[in-house]
Amino acid sequence: MASSDSDDTQTIVPSALKILIAGGFGAGKTTLVGSVSEIAPLSTEEVMTEASYGVDDLSGVESKTTTTVALDFGRITISSALVLYLFGTPGQERFWFMWEELSEGALGAVVLADTRRLETCFAAVDFFERRGVPFIVAVNCFDDSHAYEPGEVRDALSLDPAIPVVLCDARERESSKQVLLTLVNRVAERMAA
Amino acid sequence: MQAHNEIPHGGIPQGLPGRDAVGGYGAGSPGSPGPAATPAGPGAPGHQDAGPLVRPYVIAQGREHADTVRLDMISVVIAAKRAEVDEMALEPEQLRILELCRRPQSVAEVSAHLDIPVAVVKVLLSDLLNRGLALARAPYTAKSPVSRDVLQAVLDGIQRL
Repeated sequence: MASSDSDDTQTIVPSALKILIAGGFGAGKTTLVGSVSEIAPLSTEEVMTEASYGVDDLSGVESKTTTTVALDFGRITISSALVLYLFGTPGQERFWFMWEELSEGALGAVVLADTRRLETCFAAVDFFERRGVPFIVAVNCFDDSHAYEPGEVRDALSLDPAIPVVLCDARERESSKQVLLTLVNRVAERMAA
Repeated sequence: MQAHNEIPHGGIPQGLPGRDAVGGYGAGSPGSPGPAATPAGPGAPGHQDAGPLVRPYVIAQGREHADTVRLDMISVVIAAKRAEVDEMALEPEQLRILELCRRPQSVAEVSAHLDIPVAVVKVLLSDLLNRGLALARAPYTAKSPVSRDVLQAVLDGIQRL
């Protein structure tokens, strides 16, 4: 599917990889993306038509035939041949139809947990577990949030012991870098297994 | 209408709510659709109640899907360097895409920069690819998983930030 035009063999078209940043509204997805992205996070609007998702899930919006969902994303150029995209994905279960497409081919996912509303990330954890998408859980530490130990979060989420749980401050680039490194190492670990 | 469903009860959190290890996503919602939500077939004529889609679909000359080239949201596109562009044969939006894609851009970036829905960008790009005016590279997929070298490059790249 890479269309290779022999006239343009000198042109390098980079390959892309994506990492998903999943979490509920206000969990800090876009903040995390913005702290490591080389561009200010962009937003693309996907128009979802009725045919794209289950009518049964449309409680409250039955009259609509289309809905528009904004996706925030950022970019990290790894090399002239490789670009990494970070997609903030809405965490609630009602957005599952987007995860299907987004998780296709994803390197892995960061589930950004907000301990003030931990339940908003349950659906994302379920989804990545079932799909076999490698993921880690990053607990975004807000100033005003009750501090929990990673172990408490792990227990509350009933996570496989192998899945890393890290604390982070999504506003800090170094902290967000550590989150991404933890995920990529987890992917490498699974590959080796 | 549950107007206040975002507001938690009570004040101080009493520990963390637990998640059932198994079950949850997709389970127990009768009639929930399978993962393969079928897109409208290529033969499906027009949209009923197209509403806000009218302009994008006019741009895309009535085609519903990028029917010839399969493009992903993160397929990376670059304008072909030597191509001679017949501006009269292209849509203004396609000229803007070529301008933007002098440097490699993903479909999602094109969509965001030009404020055109992803689905429409795919159609416009598909046309440019078929005319040889742009090149695209498919992203890594489950069928072409990353190698160790690529993973190491990603680790190094993040480390350098």
